[in-house]
Parts: sequence; structure tokens; C-alpha cells
Amino acid sequence: MSTSKSALSNIFGQLTFWRGVRAIVFFLIFWQIGSLLDDWTGYDLFGIGLVPPPTDVFTAFLEVIPKHGYWMSWVASFSRVLTGFLVAMLIGIPFGLMLAVNRYFRGVFFPPFEILRPIPPLAWVPASLIFWPTNEMSIAFVTFLGAFFTIVINVLGGARNIDISYLRAAQSMGASQFHLFWKIVLPGTLPSIFTGAAVGMGITWEVVLAAEMISGGGTQGGGGLGFFIWNSYMGGSLEQIVVGMISIGIAGYLSSSAIRKLGFVLMPWRRLF
Amino acid sequence: MVKNTAKAAKKGAISIKNVTKVYDPGGVNVMAVDNCSMEIAGGEVCMIVGPSGCGKTTLLNAIAGFHSITEGSIEVDGELLCGPTKPKAEQGADRMVVFQHGALFPWKTLQENVAYGPTVQKAMSSGEAMDKAGQMLAEAGLGSFIKKFPGEVSSGMARRAEIVRALINNPKVLLLDEPYRAMDALTKQIMHESLLETYDRTGVTIFFITHDLEEAIFLGDKVHIVTTRPCQLKKTVEVNIPRPRSYETQSSEEFRKLLDEVNEAVHEEAVKAFKAGERELA
Repeated sequence: MSTSKSALSNIFGQLTFWRGVRAIVFFLIFWQIGSLLDDWTGYDLFGIGLVPPPTDVFTAFLEVIPKHGYWMSWVASFSRVLTGFLVAMLIGIPFGLMLAVNRYFRGVFFPPFEILRPIPPLAWVPASLIFWPTNEMSIAFVTFLGAFFTIVINVLGGARNIDISYLRAAQSMGASQFHLFWKIVLPGTLPSIFTGAAVGMGITWEVVLAAEMISGGGTQGGGGLGFFIWNSYMGGSLEQIVVGMISIGIAGYLSSSAIRKLGFVLMPWRRLF
Repeated sequence: MVKNTAKAAKKGAISIKNVTKVYDPGGVNVMAVDNCSMEIAGGEVCMIVGPSGCGKTTLLNAIAGFHSITEGSIEVDGELLCGPTKPKAEQGADRMVVFQHGALFPWKTLQENVAYGPTVQKAMSSGEAMDKAGQMLAEAGLGSFIKKFPGEVSSGMARRAEIVRALINNPKVLLLDEPYRAMDALTKQIMHESLLETYDRTGVTIFFITHDLEEAIFLGDKVHIVTTRPCQLKKTVEVNIPRPRSYETQSSEEFRKLLDEVNEAVHEEAVKAFKAGERELA
């Protein structure tokens, strides 16, 4: 029974995998043809003719791969994303839970939170550049903001939506307030925490890249993928711009995969869905 | 032997005296329960039947300690749960609730769910509690599912496990709020037999809310029919069908007669409730 099921899911998994591969290959072919159509026939396909073909991008990729600076951009961006994201989780989760469980805390902190929340993280860039002593700190702060609001809102919503029957059942069985918080509210909120983390992670990448471009990360902040793209733009290397963009795509994918994996490990009861 | 001692003890007598509950959402007084009195003997299966939204659950919540009462008093075994000096009963493991939609913790396996009560009460070490939980689940026919999460088993199994989770705390009273509502007839039948078997074994007092009249007669010693809102006791029908009962009981002459009797009383209230609903909407 279980073997046939896993065999089935293997085949299914492979089917999905190859479908994905085919889709990417088809996309690359379309892109290649689109880029070169202008050279071949004189017709420009929806402006794709301006975009370098994948073969050129691939060559540019091979050129940057051995370069130390390219990998330093990865390290710089990743460490900014991780710092901002982790601090946002560390502050955001307890803050969201406190908002959910304590009426007085909510009364005091929720209104200002709600006024600050709609401000896009990038609108904080000029103020934080002035306020924080270094560029690096400004970028970290803006990154943190990007994830923080999303995480808090998800944690708050998740904790408030826990079925009251769980709390009543636990209390009837003799759970203390402390126990209720750690053993019922926290695991009950975990799925929402991961939703918030996944969305927050996406936002941190957006914010980091934009902040790196704006602050010209090269001088103090030490590059980063955002600056890599900006630099390529200034240098007029179209291929390298695309290399930078794809790098960000891969980096974002790796980050969200890591969150999914962690969710998988921490929430075994969610694996069934 | 165990059965006899459990029955002889007759714990869990509930005495509901002149209980009134008025909800006050934003100044609109809604009387859910009005001067309702009921005597439930220890070890009795007491079925509460009445129209939807009539205040049955309010009564259950008052016994469980989820809600306060406005007037009257509720006692269990002569001890005051709530009354004039103490509007809200304390929640306690002597009165365990099995919820309408099920409240097994989805993040714990069936075994961990059942072991939860004794562990938080520090009545057992967590190892002992897990052993006991495994054993009790096996007795309920769930031995091969103890390591499963609630989401992995059928609703029938989950509900059985939830009753086991309540019983491990040795409650005096089991409070069930339409636990089998969403189940198909066949699953329901299995659930009824399993509950009766559990009852025969433990002799726990059962306070059971339902809309299913056949269920009420099949399971109950007494069927209390309550009126539409505000909830009052309208009629009590004694079910003198001997135990153990099996599903054949349901086709007996006696069963049919009782069903007619209950049906008549409930129908009257259902019509009243429906008309009241129409008035409110008009």
C-alpha cells in the first residue's frame, strides 16, 4: 500500500519535474528566437529584440562566475536579507503574539502600528539614510521594516483565528496561562507565522535590491546584487544586467525554499496537505 | 467488576436550579435561558433536545465554565459550580467537553492529544501519560492510529479519540455538544455503539445535546425536551429500554412509541421557533 503510494508519487513528482523543465526550455527557445528575430528577418517581436539572447547571457554568466566580486555581491545581499529578516522575525513574532493575546498591549501599540504599516519600506529610505550613521545600517533597517509589518500582521491574524475550542479544551484539562501561550497559541499560530515569513522574505529581497541601487551600495555598503545590476547598467552591459536579474531570481527561490523546508520540519502535521 | 464499582459510585449528579442567562450584546438583552431547572442523576445519560439556537449550548457552556449565568445555580454532586455569589464556574477536568466541530489539537498526534490532560495536571509523568493514552486509544479500537495526526484520520476516529482524551481525566461529567452532527448515518451508528460501550465501562454522567431524536432515545436514560428561546424544560421523557442496547432496539415497538412522543413535543417547539424567526426577520 505504502510502496505503491510512494511509487505513484514518484512518478507524479517526475512528471511535474519534467513538465517544469519543458516549460523552462520552451521559454528559453522563445526568448532566443525573439531576441534574434530582428537580426534574421528585420521584424522586432514585441521589443524582445533589444534583450540579449540567452546564449549571450549564458556567456556573460560564465564570465562572471569565476569573479570574486560577483560572489561577494551574493554574500552582501544575502547577509542583508538574512539580518533584516531574522531581526524582523525575532521582534515581529512576539510582538504579533502580544497584540493578539493582550488587550491593553493591543490598545497601546496597534494604532501606531497601523499608521506606520501602509508606508512602503522604500519611502523610509531617505529618512533612514539621514538617521542611521552608515549606509549598511540604513539598508538593514529598511529591509527589517519590509518583513516586519507582514510578519506581525500574519502572526496577529493567525493567533486571533485560533479555534476557541482549543483554548477551552486546554483550559478544562488544566493548562496554565503560560502553558496555553506556549503549547496552544504558538503551535496554533505556526502556519500563519510561516505564511508571514514566506511573504516577508519576498519583500526583503525586493527592498534590499532597491535599497542597494538607491544607496549606491558600492562605496560603503560593499556592493550586493542590486548594486551589481546598477553597475552593469552604468557600464552598459545588457547581458550582465540580465545575469544579475537571474541571480536574484535564484537567490529568492533558494530563500523561499529554505522557509518551506523549515516549515516542513517544524510542522509535521501540515505535511498531509 | 470495574463496571459495577463505577456504577455504584454514581458520581456526577448535576443539579440545575432556576438558571437564567441574559446575553447583553450592546444593550440588546437576549434571554437565552429562562428559569430552567433540571436534575440529572449521577451516571445518567441525559439527552437535551430542542430547536436550534434555543440556548442548549448556553446551558452546557455554563456547566463547563465557559460562560457565566445571570441567575440561579448549578451544582455538581452537591458542590456549587456557579450561583448568586459566583456567576461563572471554574473550568475543570471533572467536566470535560467534546466539541461540536472537534477540538483535538491538530499539531499533536492522537496519543499526544490524549496524554495532554494528565501531563499538564502533572497527574502523571509524560511517559506514563503517553503509555496510558496509547492503552486507552487501543481499548477504543484506535491502537494502530495513535501516532497519526488528527488530520490524517477520519472524523469518526477523531471524535472517538476526543472522547478518550476527555475520559483519561476521569471526569465526573462528559458534556457533548452535538458531537456527531456532521456524520453520515452509518458512521453515527458506529459512534453510538462506541459511546454506549464506553458508558457501560465507565458509568460517567453524560450530558448530550442533539437534534437527532432517534439518537436521543437510543442513547439516553432521559430525554429532556427544552423550549425555544428562552430555554426552559418543556418535558422529560424517560427511556426505559434496558441496556446494553443494540441497533435492533431502534426497530422495536417501544422505541417507535417514544420517538412519537418526543417528536410531538419537539415539533411544537420547532414550529414556535420558526414562527419567532419569521417575526424577527419581518
